[in-house]
Amino acid sequence: MTRKGRRLVMIGAGVGVLGLAAALILSALTDTIVFFRTPTEIAEQHMAPGTRLRIGGLVETGSVAKAGTLTTFAVTDGNAAVKVAYSGILPDLFREGQGVVAEGALQADGTFKADSVLAKHDERYMPREVADALKAQGVWKEGDPAPGTTPARAPGS
Amino acid sequence: MIAEIGQYALILALVLSLLQVALPGWGALKGDPVLMGTAGPIAFALFAFIAFSFGALVQLYLASDFTVLNVVENSHSQMPLIYKITSTWGNHEGSMLLWVLVLGLFGALVALFGTNLPDRLKALVLAVQGSIATAFLAFVIFTSNPFLRLVPPPGEGRDLNPILQDPGLAIHPPLLYLGYVGLSVSFSFAVAALIEGRIDAAWARWTRPWTLAAWVFLTLGIAMGSYWAYYELGWGGWWFWDPVENASLMPWLAATALLHSAVVMEKRDALKVWTVLLAILAFSLSLVGTFLVRSGVLTSVHAFATDPARGVFILGILTFFIAGSLALFALRASELRQGGIFAPVSREGALVFNNLFLTAATFSVLVGTLYPLALEAATGAKITVGPPYFNLVFGGLMLPLVFAMPFGPLLAWKRGDLLGVAQRLMLAAGLAVVAAVVIAAAADGSSVFAPVGIALACFVIIGALTDLAERAGLGKVSAKVSLRRLAGVPRSGYGTAIAHMGVGLCLLGIVCEASWSTETIASIRVGDSLKVGTRTLTLERMENRTGPNFRARVAVFAIREGAVAKGTLEASRRTFAARQMGTTEAGIRTYGLSQLYVSVAEETADGHVSVRASYKPRVLLIWLGAVVMAIGGALSLTDRRLRVGAPKPAARRPAKPEPRPVPAE
Repeated sequence: MTRKGRRLVMIGAGVGVLGLAAALILSALTDTIVFFRTPTEIAEQHMAPGTRLRIGGLVETGSVAKAGTLTTFAVTDGNAAVKVAYSGILPDLFREGQGVVAEGALQADGTFKADSVLAKHDERYMPREVADALKAQGVWKEGDPAPGTTPARAPGS
Repeated sequence: MIAEIGQYALILALVLSLLQVALPGWGALKGDPVLMGTAGPIAFALFAFIAFSFGALVQLYLASDFTVLNVVENSHSQMPLIYKITSTWGNHEGSMLLWVLVLGLFGALVALFGTNLPDRLKALVLAVQGSIATAFLAFVIFTSNPFLRLVPPPGEGRDLNPILQDPGLAIHPPLLYLGYVGLSVSFSFAVAALIEGRIDAAWARWTRPWTLAAWVFLTLGIAMGSYWAYYELGWGGWWFWDPVENASLMPWLAATALLHSAVVMEKRDALKVWTVLLAILAFSLSLVGTFLVRSGVLTSVHAFATDPARGVFILGILTFFIAGSLALFALRASELRQGGIFAPVSREGALVFNNLFLTAATFSVLVGTLYPLALEAATGAKITVGPPYFNLVFGGLMLPLVFAMPFGPLLAWKRGDLLGVAQRLMLAAGLAVVAAVVIAAAADGSSVFAPVGIALACFVIIGALTDLAERAGLGKVSAKVSLRRLAGVPRSGYGTAIAHMGVGLCLLGIVCEASWSTETIASIRVGDSLKVGTRTLTLERMENRTGPNFRARVAVFAIREGAVAKGTLEASRRTFAARQMGTTEAGIRTYGLSQLYVSVAEETADGHVSVRASYKPRVLLIWLGAVVMAIGGALSLTDRRLRVGAPKPAARRPAKPEPRPVPAE
């Protein structure tokens, strides 16, 4: 094989693999991405049950109920709320009044069946999507202490 | 006082780093040996000053000096000693200082071991290294100063994030940074070579040990991070395709590709342009990772603080180095002469195949990581690209790569005999097929994932052993000759075989964990039992305990197999008073390579506890495989042909012929 021929084989292989990668990426992206929705958006736009979604907001105070391993709670952004059902162990920082993000699907009865629930890793910060959702409703502004967090104690206390 | 001295040391380090760019750089331009000679001493001094500054911060943490803001925010006087030390880098400012410390360390190491480098190259490499140090020292000093004082000082600190109060923090970040930042050396070599406009096999030989060392650390760092997340977060998952994990995986993939392409360049003087580009890309991806993690565009345990100024600053650094080096590459790449031609089916060809798939995989991870950010910036839509995407795309691209892995080392340079290699891999392939059939039969054939995955892993492991057996001529010559040949196989040969075996072991662990884990979730009270796999767990009692800075509620389980008692297991939840925050401490019991993993939730008022218990067969192979990979890399590093500073035998040609006989064609 000539030098040119070899180079062509190499370029062909390169283009082939990149094409394969691009095809995989594009098809996977259209099938697997999950959209984030705020409780207000869910209330306003009637979404088809079964679509995978991520929702986020604050865990409504007084809404958490446990029955065996099943926990139900409401996620609110101050304007609308969505009922969420989750079976399993909740993360360490899951608490009423705290920010939370849940991934799962809406059921026909309007409850959100979550298969994963994420709370913050650190008590000082909000999940970004939740902060944005709250800002959109005017509940919380940049610079305010995150809702639900105990304010940093005064120095010396 | 200590804080101020630390700060001055850091500012002096910034000045030194500027000198490290200017003096050797100017010397290299003018061909002035004296100026070029300053590179080494400046690099040592730079490291000394950064180390001093870092030491000062550690001292502040040890002394629980609550007049320093950083210490107040991340430490507590009652923390155990080890966490007082590790909390130095358990926060944004301190971890950036650690980043810079490692950068300084690598600069000093290049100066120390680079005695056999040509003066000009050495001066240029250290000048480029100095420019990276300048950028990041400025970043630390101007946006992330760890030495700021707090007036009036509080009496007690706010404690370290409890999730980080773990021995993992002592190991994971330093290892990861040694890998991440270690890639800056191959980057500096690449940029220096582009400035010089000259690049040859010797360049590859000088660069490869640095890439290899960085790769070994990065491998261990990622594995350690994965194991830490596995046992600390209480979910029992070992990889979440979290953007922060991807940020470390991308440089690893690029570095793996670089290691392989550098072999071609070293042995055959080919793929020069590509190797230089990869060296640039690998460190660029490290910078992208640093940006993703440290700028606050992502929310994660690693994003300690969100300050827009920091994001913009790192973005500036990122743009300067990536755009600058790529522009230089575009200008100079055409001047690099290509050598060494080879047939598509050859060792070189196999390594190109490896590079194609690794870069495609890196690209797919990059797209998956950045797409949500780009889409939100463009349209405002918030999306998540999660495990389904990565499993499909990354898995799809890894499949052919892993399958081809045993072929590569068996192919001859220049022109290989694919059929001959396939024949030599018959045994490995045969055993792999047997494994697949056995597993498919046992698992009622419902899933193809387990049989295919196990077969592939077996093929890779046995294929790596085949490589060594072939080198020894096992079965073809007498046992004595075989042994002698085996002893003569260079360490890098063993390194390759062991690292490839590590990949196989890791894959084996992944497939076993994914296919045969059993999980039980139940809400139980004291005295109740639940079954997980073949074992029964009985909740014996709930206890209160106190640690140095936390209270723990411990669930004690008795383990039984059938009627036989097999000891106890404790899973707990800790509450850290200073932050009013809890953590889950999973109870883990190891049986050989498998683990029983139990985590508990908070008790309800009527005494019910939610328990999640899983049995994860062969799960330890995932991390063990990574450790084996790193051992292979380290072994390769000790190869005398690569040993930095080893005198080059004058009589020998630079590209030594392979000790293994080339198959007759």
